[in-house]
Amino acid sequence: MSREITITAFKYNPSDKNSKPTFAEYKLTETPGMTLYIALTKIKATIDHDLSSDFVCRAGICGACGMIINGKPRLACKTLTSEFKDGKIELLPLPTFKLIKDLSVDTGSWMKNMSIRVQSWIEAHEQTDITKIEKRVEPEVAQEVFELDRCIECGLCVAACSTAIMRKDFVGAVGLNRVARFQIDPHDKRTDSDFYEIIGDDEGIFGCMSLLACEDHCPKNLPLQSKIAYMRRKMVKA
Amino acid sequence: MKIKYTEALIIGGGLAGLRSAIATTKRGLDTIVLSLVPVKRSHSAAAQGGMQASLANSVMGEGDNEDVHFADTVKGSDWGCDQEVVRMFVQTAPKAIRELASWGVPWTRIKGGNREVVINTKRTTITEKDEAHGLINARDFGGTKKWRTCYTADATGHTMLYAVANEAMRLGVVIEDKKEAISLITENNQCYGAIVRDLKTGELTAYVAKGTLIATGGYGRIYKQSTNATICKGTGHAIALEAGAYLANMEAVQFHPTPIVPSGILLTEGCRGDGGVLRDKDGYRFMPDYEPEKKDLASRDVVSRRMLEHIRKGKGVKSPYGEHLWLDISILGREHIEKNLRDVQDISKTFNGIDPADEGEKGWMPVLPMQHYSMGGIRVTPKGESVNIKGLFACGEAACWDLHGFNRLGGNSVSETVVAGMIIGEYFADFCSRNDIIIGTTVVEDELKRQDDYINYLLSLNGGEKIYDIKDRMRTIMQEKVGIFRNGKDLDDAVKELSELLEKTKHITVSNKCRLLNPELEEAYKVPMMLKVALCVAKGARERKESRGAHYREDYLKRDDKNWLNKTITYWKNPDDLEPSIKYEPLDIMKMEMPPAFRGYGRKGQIIENPLSKKRQQEIDRIKAEHKGDRFELQEKLMPYNLPNGYKDRNERLGVGYE
Repeated sequence: MSREITITAFKYNPSDKNSKPTFAEYKLTETPGMTLYIALTKIKATIDHDLSSDFVCRAGICGACGMIINGKPRLACKTLTSEFKDGKIELLPLPTFKLIKDLSVDTGSWMKNMSIRVQSWIEAHEQTDITKIEKRVEPEVAQEVFELDRCIECGLCVAACSTAIMRKDFVGAVGLNRVARFQIDPHDKRTDSDFYEIIGDDEGIFGCMSLLACEDHCPKNLPLQSKIAYMRRKMVKA
Repeated sequence: MKIKYTEALIIGGGLAGLRSAIATTKRGLDTIVLSLVPVKRSHSAAAQGGMQASLANSVMGEGDNEDVHFADTVKGSDWGCDQEVVRMFVQTAPKAIRELASWGVPWTRIKGGNREVVINTKRTTITEKDEAHGLINARDFGGTKKWRTCYTADATGHTMLYAVANEAMRLGVVIEDKKEAISLITENNQCYGAIVRDLKTGELTAYVAKGTLIATGGYGRIYKQSTNATICKGTGHAIALEAGAYLANMEAVQFHPTPIVPSGILLTEGCRGDGGVLRDKDGYRFMPDYEPEKKDLASRDVVSRRMLEHIRKGKGVKSPYGEHLWLDISILGREHIEKNLRDVQDISKTFNGIDPADEGEKGWMPVLPMQHYSMGGIRVTPKGESVNIKGLFACGEAACWDLHGFNRLGGNSVSETVVAGMIIGEYFADFCSRNDIIIGTTVVEDELKRQDDYINYLLSLNGGEKIYDIKDRMRTIMQEKVGIFRNGKDLDDAVKELSELLEKTKHITVSNKCRLLNPELEEAYKVPMMLKVALCVAKGARERKESRGAHYREDYLKRDDKNWLNKTITYWKNPDDLEPSIKYEPLDIMKMEMPPAFRGYGRKGQIIENPLSKKRQQEIDRIKAEHKGDRFELQEKLMPYNLPNGYKDRNERLGVGYE
């Protein structure tokens, strides 16, 4: 049995002087296994050609399609319409990020600034001879780095974070997790005091108020709570 | 008019584009990377299973080297590749993976001692050498003699993309995202940059450069069902085509055996590489009946066809979305799945409500072959430069370099992105260092104005046709008539109807007249581009009267080395043409290191032999018999090739050193 669902989406084009923030309501027939990607694609092709949103991989891998879905930050492509028993779904753009239009926000600039701010890369201080057998890494250590490297920069942790909303330059759980990732990577030669220089302030590790909405909403189930605590302990000692 | 100058312009911010940008930046060139999306969201991130490189660390990879990787790749391509390019690739791949390790890709590492694996559905214990402890591990993949595919669980593309993007940021590469190149600036068959639309403001800017490199990935979205991301529309191919560049082998389209039904999201080949199997409606494992040697791990073109063949015999599982088969990884055990195939598990649970670690049929996932990869692309030389437009380079999936011929091996594409970025990046940097911008600003301004006018023209159209309907019809035609099994009549219908659709795009109405941030307007300029690409695929397929690799003609079942050992070249002669022009570039058997033969899998006795194959083989046998010296010197005698930047240096391996 297919039912009718109602999707309410925020609409606003800040680059157009005549545009005013409104909500548009769309009614459509639910199909089996329908995700919000499928639903919004259908709306765009048949009901409202003007609706803007960001989808890339539509498989929960690229992190492009974060939005506020019935009050919670989530990846739209991984959200099934069947979850909502009353068939009513309200969509808002992610807060904290600059609004481009409707449900489309500029996560790219935010993530780029954060990455440069936390120096999100390996500092090896040496050239690798790539004809030689690679440096050995303990399998468990590689696995541990991989666990933290799974972050997809979707920005849900930032949208859910009270500090990020109050402090424009807070690097967020995404940034702190990134530093934790490089801190345990044996290829990275930076010391804890080097990392302290990067995140040892209120825009970094000491800005976190431990409300932990980041971990609640992370679509990759990253251990953000324990990693932030770990980095804070390290930074206090550094 | 807005004009921006740079030395190296790179269109596309996936692995190939970013790795090329690292090469040009390291050479001191001003480099700008343009990307449709924030670069870490590029489709490279979706590569799951792994990257092929002949490290030979694992006991299951022992004896592997460049020669074995070369032979696997040539056979996989059904002899449609350029063997010189394959040599360049296999020699550089081990270096690429070691470079990536140093940039932080957390490759899964070997644990010395016993470990349990599943081979041929049986749990088997293998013993890794203590000397290999801590080195990069590899898993089995289709069409390979050794376990050669290095991986980080099933998120390999993601970790590679993050490492390369991070390194690019460390080096200060200028990356501009939400920017779309909509045409190339050319004069006298030389390219000087592109006209670029800002997707945040709708503004047009001319980016003028000494050299331009296209690394925009594949064109899977011209098909209704594809594993590709929404951005893989082939617009990079289209702007090259419209500038007069040759595209090659566009009909060579890969269908992956195991996307999940109905969403079309990919389940990695690593599922079968790690020991998973395909089953039919009776739960029967059918692949060994068709392919006794490689079984579920024959090359992708072969497995996809065998699956459809089996469904045609009435063995498919019926569902509201049509028939499908099952992929069973439950036999690998929960622990293995939750460590090495966790994204697969997540996808299956989220989109289908199936936990593949559940034992027995409860955990089986519905799969069906769908479009996955574009072997064809912008035809380039081994140095990566367009064969007919100077200063235009291409690499990665967007290019027909040509590493993959008519079928790509799993694990070779994500490997190609980085390897081609290293190699072609160097040659591209050479070009940008040696050439000046010698183009008048009027030429640039004219092109900018032409694109500006074109957007106004699209908004002024009032023919009543809907661009979304045209797109939908195109994708259906490609799906139904230019799919896995092809025939002359369907292909002819496809070419005719696609041409009609291209004509129809001149009679649309864009309902929203806004020039900025207007998704409908974007469709209005992209769909005609996609149609041109689709026409190259369909017409190339119609004209190629043989079966080779992924191109399978039911009316021409044999691989015809006598008449069809060549590359299809499609190009757009006049802007108003409604279909591409076509010609062929021959492959020279007498220069091959490995002349055409049977692949070792797929149907037997289906080759129309070229007499030169035997002749060349005899010549090779004679050279081999007379040869004194090591394998590198022999290789040099058979088919010499070049590489830049020390990439031709020998690769060290465990136990054998640099041998």
